[in-house]
Amino acid sequence: MQRSKLGLDFEKIGHAKEVSKRIADDVQKFVDNYSTVAVERTLCRLLGVDGVDRNEVPLPNVLVDELKEKGVLSEGVMFFLGNAVLETGLNPQEIAEKIAAGELDITKIPVHTTAEIHQTIQPLVENSIRVIKDRKAKRDHYLETIGEGSKPYLYVIVATGNIYEDVVQAEAAARQGADIIAVIRTTGQSLLDYVPYGATTEGFGGTVATQENFRIMRTALDKVGEEEGRYIRLCNYCSGLCMPEIAAMGAIEGLDVMLNDALYGILFRDINMQRTIVDQYFSRILNGFAGVIINTGEDNYLTTADAFDEAHTVLASDFINEQLALVAGLPEEQMGLGHAFEMTPDLENGFLYELAQAQMIREIFPKAPLKYMPPTKFMTGNIFKGNIQDALFNQISIWTGQGIQLLGMLTEAIHTPFMSDRYLSIENAKYIFNNMKSIGDEMEFKEGGIIRKRAAKVLDDAITLVENIEKEGLFTALEKGIFADIKRPKNGGKGLDGVVEKGSNYFNPFIELMLGK
Amino acid sequence: MSGGLYSTESNEFDKTLDLTKIKPYGDTMNDGKTQLSFTLPVTKGEEAIEAAKQLMRKMGFENPQVVYVQELMEGFTFFNCYGNCTHTVDFTDIDVPKVESTTMDMHETDDFIKENIGRSIRVIGASTGSDAHTVGIDAIMNMKGFAGHYGLERYEMIEALNMGSQVPNEEFIAKAIELKADVLLVSQTVTQKDVHIKNLTELVELMEAEGLRDKVILICGGPRISHELAKELGYDAGFGMNKYSDDVASYAAQELSRRLNG
Repeated sequence: MQRSKLGLDFEKIGHAKEVSKRIADDVQKFVDNYSTVAVERTLCRLLGVDGVDRNEVPLPNVLVDELKEKGVLSEGVMFFLGNAVLETGLNPQEIAEKIAAGELDITKIPVHTTAEIHQTIQPLVENSIRVIKDRKAKRDHYLETIGEGSKPYLYVIVATGNIYEDVVQAEAAARQGADIIAVIRTTGQSLLDYVPYGATTEGFGGTVATQENFRIMRTALDKVGEEEGRYIRLCNYCSGLCMPEIAAMGAIEGLDVMLNDALYGILFRDINMQRTIVDQYFSRILNGFAGVIINTGEDNYLTTADAFDEAHTVLASDFINEQLALVAGLPEEQMGLGHAFEMTPDLENGFLYELAQAQMIREIFPKAPLKYMPPTKFMTGNIFKGNIQDALFNQISIWTGQGIQLLGMLTEAIHTPFMSDRYLSIENAKYIFNNMKSIGDEMEFKEGGIIRKRAAKVLDDAITLVENIEKEGLFTALEKGIFADIKRPKNGGKGLDGVVEKGSNYFNPFIELMLGK
Repeated sequence: MSGGLYSTESNEFDKTLDLTKIKPYGDTMNDGKTQLSFTLPVTKGEEAIEAAKQLMRKMGFENPQVVYVQELMEGFTFFNCYGNCTHTVDFTDIDVPKVESTTMDMHETDDFIKENIGRSIRVIGASTGSDAHTVGIDAIMNMKGFAGHYGLERYEMIEALNMGSQVPNEEFIAKAIELKADVLLVSQTVTQKDVHIKNLTELVELMEAEGLRDKVILICGGPRISHELAKELGYDAGFGMNKYSDDVASYAAQELSRRLNG
């Protein structure tokens, strides 16, 4: 039995996790009956369909849109592609090219038996699984040979808009000690219902996530990692309308960390909840299978809601996100559940409350590589104070054993980081992580003190909240504005028209194979 | 490296304040002391330090001092520097356009609207274009507000609608027409490559094409927005850093009153 330094009641935690599991199971009953255009495009990609047509439309979109327009998407691309491969003797890529050229209608060719179609598709599926397994093995090999940095992993962003410039920034950060390089996506990409193609040099506030850009950055980081003798992880954003597609691209190209949170998309990008919950399930299966750490976005709740009053919503959402990940076969060791250091600096004893919450989350999810988010909302442009705010955040992180430290930048709220900002931020973290390395082992928290009381209260409030969510169901709870003070209708938001109920011929063999069922 | 810091040599400059010729203040009037940091794309070494000093002289600094040097990676070196600025500015000749209104608190604004307008003001706001950030518009509009300043939704005499982020300009205008909005608030957070300028300009052009521009009070805001920039782009007012819902509400109420009551 784990001992709580905060005196937390593990029976209460167990109860909260049971309630949250029932919430996730209830969501899953819905998810099992539906697919989406994004899930179907993902299957195309996993079967090797890539590239664009002469209008720059990605071929997976061409293929899936064709089935959607003909009103037969409910049967799924596996059924039609399997049948077409069998009938024409072409591979999925060639079939997609012929559809794009208007030379083939895969809904109008003779239909073979289900057994024959499944048999045809099987080797293609196995090949795709092998590619992902090989990629995972390559990462594991690096970790065994050159090793990795110690936790908390130092996570920094690059966001130049130009993938080649990003490579320069990433290399500098890696040489200074960064463990994870996150390539921020161009603003608005989460709302595109396709994944752009090829290497890109233009973006706003970030760089377009494309498979080629993934490949360019992965290659660069492997080279730096080999030279530095430390594996450098690559992070991108498997969120928005192309959630599972980006998961597949990442699995194939060797990404290590993915932002992956339907709740974030619902609340902060107004993505339809039915769409993104279905998308999330398959994306988490892919991430789980590929050994990718997911990051969830609960920290963002506190940018719109108050970080002191609404701390329990972060914990409640972490409880639910954990269960939604477990349903998709994602192991706890890959759950970068999110939380944040975001109370107003003017708050008396604010550091103590932050410490209480960080320690609480640590104890409640002991195996998870927790993602800890730096101050953003109260960063002002006073870079000198900002550096101190980041230092306090770094102290809590090393004290409470966080997993992934999203490094605060002293120029947050001013501009995307300069190369020197990243250096100062890494220096700040390394200094504190080294200087205070074992503080967590040395310090106990006073019984009946501010810190223990705070943790107990947040846990109690979170339990009340998940109990209420269970009564209402997650979708209804979101409609009522339960998280981040934001209300979202079940049939509103972006992407609902891409949701389709599964028909009688529908099959997706990846789910069973990747879940090992 | 920090020679001069404890120097006792006499400073040969006039130490009286002259507002027509102001320069930075370190610890003595007119010393011009300035701190700055930058990165040069060269490898660390004596040549790199000399390059930093020469660059500072070209920027107008006397006695340039490089106090800290750090190689960020091969080919990139970071400097912390000090120097004495030689340039001056005539402070008596400065003219900055400001939003012309008196900032009132929520209750005062509500009372002002009751007395001078006699009905609720309709305000819609959004973070428009590709901008996904709601932090700014939420701080101004949401019930809770920000840093103790209640948002517009809380005002008794304001009907506020926050459309959220990534709202296309066309949709924003359509909503303004539908709701007969008195005031439009546009928030822009992302400013990389001046995407906010393009987006803000497009909104004004669309509104002019619809014949709507003069019928509403059009306001933009964001961390990189100034009133001067807003006026240049064809907006009635702009609110930047350290402005709150009080400032926006007070201006909107007083400007609407000016327009209705002459």
